Amino acid sequence: MSTKTDKIDRLAELTAQTETSTGHSLAYEAFRRLRASKMAVIGACIIAVFVVLAVLGPWIAPYSPTAQAWRGEVLPAQSVFVGPRGENWLGLDHLGRDEFSRMLVGARQTLLVGVVSTLLGFTVGCLIGVGAGAAATLGGRLGRRIDTVVMRFIDMLLALPSLLLAVSVAAVLGQSLTTVMIAVGVVQIPIFARLLRGAMLAQGGSDYVLASQALGVRKRRIVLGHIVPNSLSPVIVQATLSLATAIIEAAALSYLGLGNPDAAVPEWGVMLAQAQRFFDAAPMLAVYPSVGIIITALGFTLLGEAMREALDPKLRS
Amino acid sequence: MSLLNLDGVKVHFPLKKGVLFDRTVGHVYAVDGVTLAVEAGRTYGLVGESGCGKTTLGRAVLRLVDITDGSVVLDGTDLASLPDEEMRKMRRRVQMVFQDPLGSLDPRQNIESLLSEGMAAHGIGADREERRTRIKEILAKVGLPANALSRYPHEFSGGQRQRIGIARALVLEPDVIICDEPVSALDVSIQAQVINLLEELQESMGLTYLVIAHDLAVVRHISDVIGVMYLGSLVEEAPSDSLYAEPLHPYTKALMSAVPIPDPVVEDTRERILLTGDLPSPASPPAGCRFHTRCPWKQETKCDTERPELRDLGGGHKVACHYAAEIAAGTVRRTAGEAIEPVAATEAAV
Repeated sequence: MSTKTDKIDRLAELTAQTETSTGHSLAYEAFRRLRASKMAVIGACIIAVFVVLAVLGPWIAPYSPTAQAWRGEVLPAQSVFVGPRGENWLGLDHLGRDEFSRMLVGARQTLLVGVVSTLLGFTVGCLIGVGAGAAATLGGRLGRRIDTVVMRFIDMLLALPSLLLAVSVAAVLGQSLTTVMIAVGVVQIPIFARLLRGAMLAQGGSDYVLASQALGVRKRRIVLGHIVPNSLSPVIVQATLSLATAIIEAAALSYLGLGNPDAAVPEWGVMLAQAQRFFDAAPMLAVYPSVGIIITALGFTLLGEAMREALDPKLRS
Repeated sequence: MSLLNLDGVKVHFPLKKGVLFDRTVGHVYAVDGVTLAVEAGRTYGLVGESGCGKTTLGRAVLRLVDITDGSVVLDGTDLASLPDEEMRKMRRRVQMVFQDPLGSLDPRQNIESLLSEGMAAHGIGADREERRTRIKEILAKVGLPANALSRYPHEFSGGQRQRIGIARALVLEPDVIICDEPVSALDVSIQAQVINLLEELQESMGLTYLVIAHDLAVVRHISDVIGVMYLGSLVEEAPSDSLYAEPLHPYTKALMSAVPIPDPVVEDTRERILLTGDLPSPASPPAGCRFHTRCPWKQETKCDTERPELRDLGGGHKVACHYAAEIAAGTVRRTAGEAIEPVAATEAAV
């Protein structure tokens, strides 16, 4: 018998030498796949540029976003709009403010709304999702009942059109930037909760959860150490995609006049709403913020989609 | 008293209906009264076709499914009535090796983390170093290289993964290991390696096995006592040699006759029994003997009205059939079921 084990040992040693001795985790391999994906690289570049501009915006903007070019001067009404020119790259808006500077400073607001609202939706949604998922998988009969009640409530939220829900929340809380963040965040809660709970349910039925139970591992450790980490990848993908949606929805809320009432702080959605009035005379003023919103949303979507592919368990070698 | 005693174990899964509030509309009788004993240091093999409840029975021993009725006594402690936390601690003494080696290992854990988890849960080993030393010992025992520690399950082959599964059970130094189809997901060449490993470990560590399998050859090779399950209960139980030499229950006879014999002459001349029909639904098992709907030796009386108990026909050979003795003696004739004529006989006729 010992000769057999010796042989097996030798074989194992031989095969071990050809492979790397330290293993690669799934997360590392997913990251490698992500790096090789063109979509991910383009998305990440767009996001990086956007983030840099949003952070540095106020310092690199050539003018103050509120400085008006012709303050105190009297001008004929027709010639109010000045197109792109040497000192104003994107021209001036209807009040004679530098559009380029406003775009740069506005990026920060857009990023802030997107990140904070998604973070809010992600955190609250995941807490609800983990609770419901844990109750449903390991909570026994009572847990399944709790899960049913919570999920029916989440379904109710999910059934409401997201913009309507956001508008209602904003209407209740009053007009401010915080309102927009909360409103957009609340809309995301049911999505994250449902997604995480569903993924946890799928993982809860898997053999390794049964194996952990058989080992005598405590339930809390099974949920937090096994089920949740394995259920997170769809949620992370959703969070990236949600950033895009959040930016668009925040812009929509601002456009509808529910955003920051302080006109001095530029925000892409507000800029778009204001440009609408002068669309005949200066259509480009509507185009700049729209393109900004579209490109940023595209960046997050590209990265999100690439992550979805990189994290797909079916692609594991 | 044997090390592990199952007495009248029943596992019934309720069938639920209803949108908001569940209403029980019936039960699936997955395991319906199984009594068996596993001796210390021995191997008990459990065979049966898919859906007969053998996996559920294995899980019931560890209370991974709720036991409806009956007792599971390990070394004097009834596991069926233990509170949850006590049961969790008892799991150190009963471990399980799963059918799907990859599925039963968390893909995000490396081998060290996988193997130390159980030790941490039961407070074995004072610190990381001590656990690592212990894990290395076990890895060597199951024939895995020591550098496997920092690698992940997906980087191993099927056979190696099953060795990891076995190592995970072994680090807890259990008394009983339940092997649920331990080799059915592996290549035939690897199957032999894993079976031999299980036998070596039993010899060197004095382990007790409850092996669940559908492969008769595997079970025969490894088991001391074999129990044959059909639709949630045992129909026959006997020492390995005795069961294979002379199966007494009609179902066991049919099972055995389905195993091909690697000798063309014998294979062509032996008689085979083909069962007709499908396994009845465990949600509505037939009355009387569970097997009477498919039994080739079904008789007019008793079979469809009275459920046969497992009774000893001598030499520890137990069978749950009213007419087992008569069938063995040849005084009862076959009433149904296709008997495939031996090929040799047909050729002779032509």
